[in-house]
Amino acid sequence: MALTKAELADALFDELGLNKREAKEFVDLFFEEIRERLEGGEEVKLSGFGNFELRSKNQRPGRNPKTGEEIPISARRVVTFRPGQKLRLRVEFDATRR
Amino acid sequence: MSPMTKSELIERLASKQTHLMQKDVELAVKLVLDQISMALAKDDRVEIRGFGSFALHHRPARVGRNPKTGEPVEIPPKRVPHFKPGKEMRERVNANAQAEAEAAAAAAKAAQAAADGQG
Repeated sequence: MALTKAELADALFDELGLNKREAKEFVDLFFEEIRERLEGGEEVKLSGFGNFELRSKNQRPGRNPKTGEEIPISARRVVTFRPGQKLRLRVEFDATRR
Repeated sequence: MSPMTKSELIERLASKQTHLMQKDVELAVKLVLDQISMALAKDDRVEIRGFGSFALHHRPARVGRNPKTGEPVEIPPKRVPHFKPGKEMRERVNANAQAEAEAAAAAAKAAQAAADGQG
């Protein structure tokens, strides 16, 4: 099952005692703040978790897969995530195989 | 530009809302990151609409080589976290980059025109 904002808000309610509305607001604010920084061209480094980085991609040739027509893919900026050492170690080994 | 760190994120979130003390914001930020990490450790997906999704990518076991001795070494299967930005994230990050690129191009053109005018 996927973890969503609703479950994160529930965890803030259960474990930190935030009320439901505060918890929901906090979760929204948390992701909005990170998104705003990236939108503004700043990277976000969360120690123990990972870094959200920005990469500029040059224009490159593309093709419409249906028609075969050549269409250039415009230059763009994209977000990438580099997991930190702690997170990588935490998920690295498949627990079901040990 | 300088990156935003976890402590800056905590400060910003504390200043943007009134019901939580800085200490509680700190605990809340840690809890959110910990919940995401735990979900991934269990191989669950994390889906945050408008932001993106986190999921594990599974790398199969393979035979590598010790670069010094050239001896084959068995490398066990691995799981690595992967983030896929959501639609809103992709659009917002890129819209700004496009605007910046256009502004830079316009400035370069203006500078060139000024230089030509002088020459």
